[in-house]
Amino acid sequence: MTLALFITILMTVAAAATPLLIAALGELVVEKSGVLNLGVEGMMLIGAVTGFAVASVTGVPAVGAIAAMGAGALAALIFAALTLSLMANQVATGLALTIFGTGVSALLGAPYVGITTTPLGPVFPDALAADPIWRILFGHSPLVYVGLLLTLGVWWFLKHSRPGLILRAVGESDSAAHSIGYPVLKIRYVAVLFGGAMAGLGGCYYSLVLTPMWAERLTAGRGWIAIALVVFASWRPGRVLAGAYLFGAVITLELQAKAAGLNFFAPELLASLPYLATVLVLAIISAGRRGAGTAAPACLGQPFRASA
Amino acid sequence: MAPRLQLSGITKRFPGVVANEAVSFSVAPGEIHALLGENGAGKSTLVKIIYGVQKADEGEIAFDGHAVSIDSPREARALGIGMVFQHFSLFEAMTVLENIALGMDNPPPRRELETAVRDVLETYKLTLDPHRYVHTLSVGERQRIEIVRALLQRPKLLIMDEPTSVLTPQEVEQLFDTLRRLASEGCSILYISHKLHEIKELCESATILRGGKVVATCDPRAESTRSMAELMIGGSLKDLAPREGECSGANRLVVEALSMAGEPPFGTSLADVSFAVRAGEIFGIAGVAGNGQNELLSALSGERADYEGGAITLDDTPITRLSVTGRRVAGLATLPEERNGHAAVPGLSLAENAILSARRRKGLVSGGIIRAGAARRFAAAVIDAFSVKATGPAASAASLSGGNLQKFVMGREIMQEPAVLVVSQPTWGVDAGAASFIRQAMVDLAGKGTAIVVVSQDLDELLEFCDRMAVINGGHLSDAMEVKGISVERVGLLMGGVHGEADHPPATAERAA
Amino acid sequence: MAFVLEPRREPSRAMMLAAPVIAVGLTLVVGALLFTLLGHNGALAVYEIFVRPLFNPYRWQDLLVKAAPLAIIATGLAIGFRANVWNIGAEGQYILGGLAGTGIALATLDLDGGWVLPLMVVAGVVGGMAWAAVPAFLKTRMNVNEILSSLMLNYVAIQLLYYLMRGPWKDPMGFNFPQTAMFSAAQTLPVAVPGTLIHLGIPIAAALALTAWFLIARSITGFQIRVVGLAPRAARYGGFRQSSTVWLALMVGGGMAGLAGILEASGPFGQMVPQFPTGYGYTAIIVAFLGRLNPLGILLAALVLALTYVGGESAQTALGLPSAAAGVFQAMMLFFLLATDILVRYRLAWRRPAAGHPLPAAGQGATKTRAEAATA
Repeated sequence: MTLALFITILMTVAAAATPLLIAALGELVVEKSGVLNLGVEGMMLIGAVTGFAVASVTGVPAVGAIAAMGAGALAALIFAALTLSLMANQVATGLALTIFGTGVSALLGAPYVGITTTPLGPVFPDALAADPIWRILFGHSPLVYVGLLLTLGVWWFLKHSRPGLILRAVGESDSAAHSIGYPVLKIRYVAVLFGGAMAGLGGCYYSLVLTPMWAERLTAGRGWIAIALVVFASWRPGRVLAGAYLFGAVITLELQAKAAGLNFFAPELLASLPYLATVLVLAIISAGRRGAGTAAPACLGQPFRASA
Repeated sequence: MAPRLQLSGITKRFPGVVANEAVSFSVAPGEIHALLGENGAGKSTLVKIIYGVQKADEGEIAFDGHAVSIDSPREARALGIGMVFQHFSLFEAMTVLENIALGMDNPPPRRELETAVRDVLETYKLTLDPHRYVHTLSVGERQRIEIVRALLQRPKLLIMDEPTSVLTPQEVEQLFDTLRRLASEGCSILYISHKLHEIKELCESATILRGGKVVATCDPRAESTRSMAELMIGGSLKDLAPREGECSGANRLVVEALSMAGEPPFGTSLADVSFAVRAGEIFGIAGVAGNGQNELLSALSGERADYEGGAITLDDTPITRLSVTGRRVAGLATLPEERNGHAAVPGLSLAENAILSARRRKGLVSGGIIRAGAARRFAAAVIDAFSVKATGPAASAASLSGGNLQKFVMGREIMQEPAVLVVSQPTWGVDAGAASFIRQAMVDLAGKGTAIVVVSQDLDELLEFCDRMAVINGGHLSDAMEVKGISVERVGLLMGGVHGEADHPPATAERAA
Repeated sequence: MAFVLEPRREPSRAMMLAAPVIAVGLTLVVGALLFTLLGHNGALAVYEIFVRPLFNPYRWQDLLVKAAPLAIIATGLAIGFRANVWNIGAEGQYILGGLAGTGIALATLDLDGGWVLPLMVVAGVVGGMAWAAVPAFLKTRMNVNEILSSLMLNYVAIQLLYYLMRGPWKDPMGFNFPQTAMFSAAQTLPVAVPGTLIHLGIPIAAALALTAWFLIARSITGFQIRVVGLAPRAARYGGFRQSSTVWLALMVGGGMAGLAGILEASGPFGQMVPQFPTGYGYTAIIVAFLGRLNPLGILLAALVLALTYVGGESAQTALGLPSAAAGVFQAMMLFFLLATDILVRYRLAWRRPAAGHPLPAAGQGATKTRAEAATA
């Protein structure tokens, strides 16, 4: 294998990993605050379509990415209002958000099918970005760097900052946090909106960098893989990074096998790989964790009721 | 000098109940003032109003002579009010230092905070390691975190909500020392409890609440515990009717060398637990919460079957391998400590809750289909026999008060006429009337020959009506002791056990039966 | 002064029945607004989708045909949801049911006899159950979250379908289209009402729903399901094992979805094609909730959601409304149901809110810890 091919593969892995990474980090923060938002797939789709639409209209892909974050947060707001203020079941609401996101994105995206727009490409000058060797560092879409910085940021936030400590406390015991006087619901609202913005940003990667086009169900279940990522990273940002890149590799495997003309494996089997891999990894991680206690935030998924 | 705290006409209503009605009293600076009342009298609600967690519907609060409006715990702390809750606001998966930092509004940076914490620990002679994770600490140690948190804010008024229900007798003395030291420095203490002899020992004045209203203000040093108790309950105390029938020789329940891993994430493992209970005997198991009581209940009921070793025998028949239902059929009835969500399902009716445990012994199911009529009749019989205040068998379990629900589930088990009854915390959070009813029911059941095991944190209760008892600590069960002539000090030491409590000179005398 | 939510003493039965109705009503109103904002004639769209089909007797058959699989799947899902087992893999189980039945069909294409179709149906049920067995095993043995495991298998099921259609099961006489041969007469689902589209699957759906309703309410297994969902610790106390409940929930859910799959394959489709997954597995989730997890309510809810399909199709041709419109309405119904659900346990009142904590306070008795029970 030549160096050039190796570098191409690595870059593909980073590209495949980044949307998962960003969305998963967002969901990690949400879950650390004690909320389970299963609507990541829906929010990613909404982010993808919004990002593409705005980028098409304005001609500036970066604006599209920002709009994607806003759209994701808006979608998350619906979820937050239902589960936090109206105490609706979090699992059902998350599913509803996914179904809604799938439908609304298809609706909004209908006029944009088949169009292309400027992708959110490399920001560094061509001399570095296109160089056969240096592109490994400089040739990525800015979102790849955002993903890595975000990992660092979320890690620092949770472990070393006071707001992060309070957020973790809310996820461990919302009643205790409430007794002390912390605004549990406000904190969760902010966390959920952040998660939505990240899901939106991760989603627009598909429509603004990877293809860049819009099609219905563009994310093909990646949002669910992002949720699974949080589980088997044991809610730790560093492990989310590792897991995302692992999955990026699995996805890349599928693409490379197709490109290399390896007809030995049925294409359908290769397409199933990411999903089978998710199940496998979940099984291994969960089996290993049995009896050793759970690493999940203790209040995950339970609605908060301010008690008398 | 203006009183440190003055309440005038405080009223608070919830749907269906008036928690506080026109409550007024005052606390002087440096005074240790008791707030007395049985469970359900409105003490905790009142205190939450003082601390800003709740807002009163009517009435005024004055602090150091100025009228104040306390809208949040933060404002309360800013005024100088500190609170140690009955149920701690602690985060198990975090360290002591992190927990203290979370409990403060503007904590200093880590290193400064640690120094300040160690200072407080030193001044008040408290032992605690700031870097330990909370889930590794005993209940007494956890309470110290709460106390340190409150003391770091230099409070002028410290509220203690039922602090001793989770402490060994030795830890209680340590706590009292700390409180007296604080009071001597000018800090007022509002001490909420229903433990009369403690209040007599510690407090200078007391306000007694009943049904949400103030019924008396007195000086506990001048009153007798009996007179205060009668004011609390609003009537004369009923003594426990003496037991009929003797404990016969045959062992009905034998537990041998039972060992089982603790329940994740932070449970306590059972280690070689052995004891035996005779027909007609009431056997008590004392211990502070978190020492393996839940695991013991689960192991006995059959809810957990993953023993690492040991055997359980009922009436000479081994039941170690039997399922939950199998054990019920064999004659074992159990009642866990949590009635909502464990002993009963809040969202189901009383008749359906009867089906939950009594369906086999009372024939409430036939051919896989529920016999709704039979279930209703059984539930109605329980309601009647145990004076449960409910609208009928169709009432939802959630609509019952704590005491009534406890009477119902207790009645449900007793009326199945079990051979052995194992019950945990039978009167926790239950008003005095229901509590004495429940105790009497157990005594009557024992009189009929059933062997009864009572696991309880309330040492006074166990000493009152058990024949023999043992102490559980760290998953180990002590040898059984006769209650007649028992040494409370010894029991206290056993309860303190391996959690590294320093031995203190005994303050409580030997207990005569 | 503001609107505050106050807890009720007992859940309101009136609201339990009214909430789905209110939810559907809100969906129509807000949906109309939403579509108007998107450039369509919102009110007309709502009329076209929800009202028109109701006045056209020919469309009633379509409604029943679409409602049947939804009701069957939703009944199975509801049993699981009540036990807090979240089977999101109904779509995959539906596909596997269709595939399993198709496998039998292809093997018996030239055979005849009354036993062929029932065998296919049994295969369909078993196929769905087998696909659901994977998340069941993973959850009971390895504590893997069933939402993720069952969902991932949906995607795998689709790939399996594509593979079979492209390869081994392709009709040799089918001009190389990725689809199987048409099923023979012995393999086709008979019509229940002659001269209409109302096939046997429809009375089957109704019968299943009624049976399920009876069993949930009156059998000890139904009781077990309800208790496990309401209070898992109490369920263990009552002698009901968690693992057997999980298996039961997933097997029933998978079996029903598989049944719906083979009924669709042998009925309306008459063969297996790559377009087989129509999203019924996901829509059925909405049907289950809208029907309040009660099989009788599910029958009604299935009809409402069938309306979105049938009406949506005609709106596509009549108004040029995109096909995704139906999905948006469906999701909105679920949103509004989840939102109005709170009115079952809480009452809306106009009062002075508690300072600093304008949040609903928990009701007496509906508490989690000892302390809260003690401080009633």
